[in-house]
Amino acid sequence: MPEITRVQELVYELKIGEVMTRNVITVTPRTSMAELREALREHRISGAPVMQNGELVGIISVEDLIKALAAGEMGATVGEKMTPNPVTLRADEPVGIAVDYFARYGYGRFPVVDNKGKLAGIITRGDIIQGLLKKLEVEYHEEEIRHYRVSHIFEDIVSDRTSLILRYDVMARDFDHAGEASSKIKRALSRLGASPQIVRRAAIAAYEAEMNIIIHTNEGGELVAEIQPWQISIRAVDTGPGIPDTEQAMQPGFSTAPEWIRELGFGAGMGLTNIQKCADEMRLESPGGKWTSLEVVIYLDRRRGEK
Amino acid sequence: MTLEELCCQLSLEVRTAARKLRMEVTGGYAADLLSCVMAKAQAGNVWVTLQGHPNIVAVASLLNLAGIIITEGMAPDPATLEKAEEQGIPILTTPLTTFTVVGKLSALGIKGVDQ
Repeated sequence: MPEITRVQELVYELKIGEVMTRNVITVTPRTSMAELREALREHRISGAPVMQNGELVGIISVEDLIKALAAGEMGATVGEKMTPNPVTLRADEPVGIAVDYFARYGYGRFPVVDNKGKLAGIITRGDIIQGLLKKLEVEYHEEEIRHYRVSHIFEDIVSDRTSLILRYDVMARDFDHAGEASSKIKRALSRLGASPQIVRRAAIAAYEAEMNIIIHTNEGGELVAEIQPWQISIRAVDTGPGIPDTEQAMQPGFSTAPEWIRELGFGAGMGLTNIQKCADEMRLESPGGKWTSLEVVIYLDRRRGEK
Repeated sequence: MTLEELCCQLSLEVRTAARKLRMEVTGGYAADLLSCVMAKAQAGNVWVTLQGHPNIVAVASLLNLAGIIITEGMAPDPATLEKAEEQGIPILTTPLTTFTVVGKLSALGIKGVDQ
């Protein structure tokens, strides 16, 4: 699947203020072009904002300097050669805006102002590249560590039967947090290195089981995912009211959900059917209508699972 | 076709996760029953629905959908927008009906999961 790259995303997450150069070398309109040349050379920069009485009045670049040099006008002042009223960017805008500005205006740098319009820094294409690389490096490192820690758990911790058990309390009628437990199970499986197909099946089964607890139970229940190297099992256990006829409950479209829940798009009577499609094994028990236990098993390793 | 292009073509209003609009759309699915969406919609699909409560975000996130189009001028709950922004799920709104939106998506070459 063609996906948006992390860099494209970062361009919108990173703020200009995070990548810009903060210690800006500035000049005034009365600085001579000869002095400007020295300033650019000394600080190894290619341009500078022009400030007068604390206000940004223009911008001058090495291109302006070269033109002045060619015209023999090194005695001129920055005020005469600068670009007045320069286009500025704001420190709290995403870096993506700066990328667009560089493409649109063709300038080599933009002064950056804070929300009061005061000069806060300066940004070049180099600053953007450096900022993105730095952020990517940090993230890569963090994810690498996280992934390593998690994916090696079954190799690093040795027992005859190691399993990782994730328990989630699910409250009845709590539609605001619906789907959170299954989202967390999904993330855990991805980090453990499960294939996207397995993650999808487990996520659907966990979601439907979680929704059943939210929609149908008296006092909520527990969603438990047990991850073993060869299989994932998901159990949903509650304390009632139970299912009088489990066979009937398994029929596609059979639902006991009240009208208001159906209006939200839940309770279509497809939950257990969906779970069954995702499961390699499925057991639904509700003895005497007191409690319900649903167990779903998804095999990771066909051979072990079929034993 | 990306979500961004769909937004332009259908004049959709972008309500959340503007940074995720360059995602390529792999197909489309329309339904208001969440279990149907869970069963059928595929990763990268755009989902067209009338529902605006927060659970649509959980569904879209669990399935890695490209985004959600909410039709008929239905206003998504503030909690929905908050969650969608947090989880990076684009929510797009339109006054058009689901039928019209799906027709337009089809005309643009967005295919259903059974095609």
